[in-house]
Amino acid sequence: MSSIIVDQLNYVYSPGTAYEKHALKDINLVINDGEYIGLIGHTGSGKSTLIQHLNGLIKATAGTIYYNGEDIYDKNYNMKGLRSKVGLVFQYPEHQLFETTVYKDVSFGPKNLGLEQLEIDLRTYEAVKMVGLGDDILDASPFELSGGQKRRVAIAGVLAMKPEVLILDEPTAGLDPKGRDEILEQIAKLHRDSKITIILVSHSMEDVAKYADRLIVMNKGGIVYNGMPHEVFVHYKELEKIGLAAPQVTYVMNELNNMGFSVNPSVTTVEEATEEVVRALSQTYTSRRKIKND
Amino acid sequence: MIRDITIGQYYPADSILHRLDPRVKLAGTIIYIISLFMFHNYYGYILAVIFLFSMIQISKVPMKFIVKGLKAIIPLLLFAVIFNLFLTPGTLVFQLGFIKITEEGIKTTVFMGIRLVFLILGSSLMTFTTTPNHLTDGLERLMGPLRKIKVPVHEISMMMSIALRFIPILMEETDKIMKAQMARGADFESGGLIKRARSLIPLLVPLFVSAFRRANDLAMAMEARCYRGGEGRTKMKPLKYRTRDMLAYLVLIIYVAAIFLLNSYIA
Repeated sequence: MSSIIVDQLNYVYSPGTAYEKHALKDINLVINDGEYIGLIGHTGSGKSTLIQHLNGLIKATAGTIYYNGEDIYDKNYNMKGLRSKVGLVFQYPEHQLFETTVYKDVSFGPKNLGLEQLEIDLRTYEAVKMVGLGDDILDASPFELSGGQKRRVAIAGVLAMKPEVLILDEPTAGLDPKGRDEILEQIAKLHRDSKITIILVSHSMEDVAKYADRLIVMNKGGIVYNGMPHEVFVHYKELEKIGLAAPQVTYVMNELNNMGFSVNPSVTTVEEATEEVVRALSQTYTSRRKIKND
Repeated sequence: MIRDITIGQYYPADSILHRLDPRVKLAGTIIYIISLFMFHNYYGYILAVIFLFSMIQISKVPMKFIVKGLKAIIPLLLFAVIFNLFLTPGTLVFQLGFIKITEEGIKTTVFMGIRLVFLILGSSLMTFTTTPNHLTDGLERLMGPLRKIKVPVHEISMMMSIALRFIPILMEETDKIMKAQMARGADFESGGLIKRARSLIPLLVPLFVSAFRRANDLAMAMEARCYRGGEGRTKMKPLKYRTRDMLAYLVLIIYVAAIFLLNSYIA
């Protein structure tokens, strides 16, 4: 059973200077194996700082993190091992591409793990396939690709390390709707097929509502809500106060409810909403017919 | 790691030194640096130390922050010190094989060390208390007369302000790329010289690419706003001397006078 436990985590940027900033305040969090978590929060709420702690890129000022029951700040802890198990895809990951061919760039991670050539090849092909790219681009220069392709190559570079947990910081920022849907579908597929834990940082309430099992809402360095999407979006008025919002369907459903339609306002996706509306309409229809017949 | 480099950074604080006209600070820094090379005896350095430390006190920049900036020049400092110590000819003090240390060597080394350290401290105090924009404004005004001999003063200062503005951006970018590559198992810290140099490729390539991209974007944005160089360009906040600037000049004159006194009367 692999899991991440975050215990009383605190982080202060540039302590003792004019730039000092308390970025994370007493964060407590449990992330279970195989979960799909949506992490949302306003810019500067501490999301990015938190996820960089999870694979040891930033060391906490206070508090600790346990990965599979082991303290990652332990002196003998294998940090490189942790980084291969907890894959982190940064925002605009295509900005880190550096090799002359896609193959070389994607195999950078597995190579650093010291694997055998055969295993490196295998993982590279697999990773490129997982992000929905063909073998034909392996010999192309990553700088010749389109924006969406570059992003996939960069994500493949992290997938090639075969992480148990995949953290993605706004993987769809700056992509067109089609590219966005494709990437999110592939992530969902990865989660389904390979059973890896996903942590998706996003600004889009629609996206997290559609894919995530659990939402974590951050504000000013602390966790405000932690629960199922429909539980969190009930607080849509409070979410607005901290610069966020609920999915558009939540607003529609609440409005319908206020107008006297008996629909469940806690649904979060368009599909669920459609079902709810159909159900409510057929109910109204049958009850009306009953009245007529009586 | 990369955030530890504080040279050239601005430190926001509310002090008289921060509010001074950048021209005064530039002139002061230049005079201070020249003065460091004019002293021939230790008394002069005592004066320079007192002057600098009182300025640091006035500036309200924490001492810790300033000293941190020195860390970056330690290799350079050691280099200069070692060469001076071993390669200056003169009266022999100590010899071990081919290593010779001379009296003159020790003296040059000490002077050199003090000069370098205070040169860095003095100039970083200026950047700590002056925003990049102010600094280049001041430079542009100070270099103004050079325009008569066809020196592109405005262009130079524009390039400087862009360069200064980009330092923190590129540092942040470096930090980000470094972390991203570390997340893919890159190791920047261990291994021999060649291995370490090679490990910089995954960092430097993306950094250059992004620098070019940013430069391109900036040029486009400037052109979109019809930037055509300095001809006929006016300032929203032109520099103006105030009483405090005159007082600061007075302090500088006293400092210069004190140097001359020290140099000519105390041998």
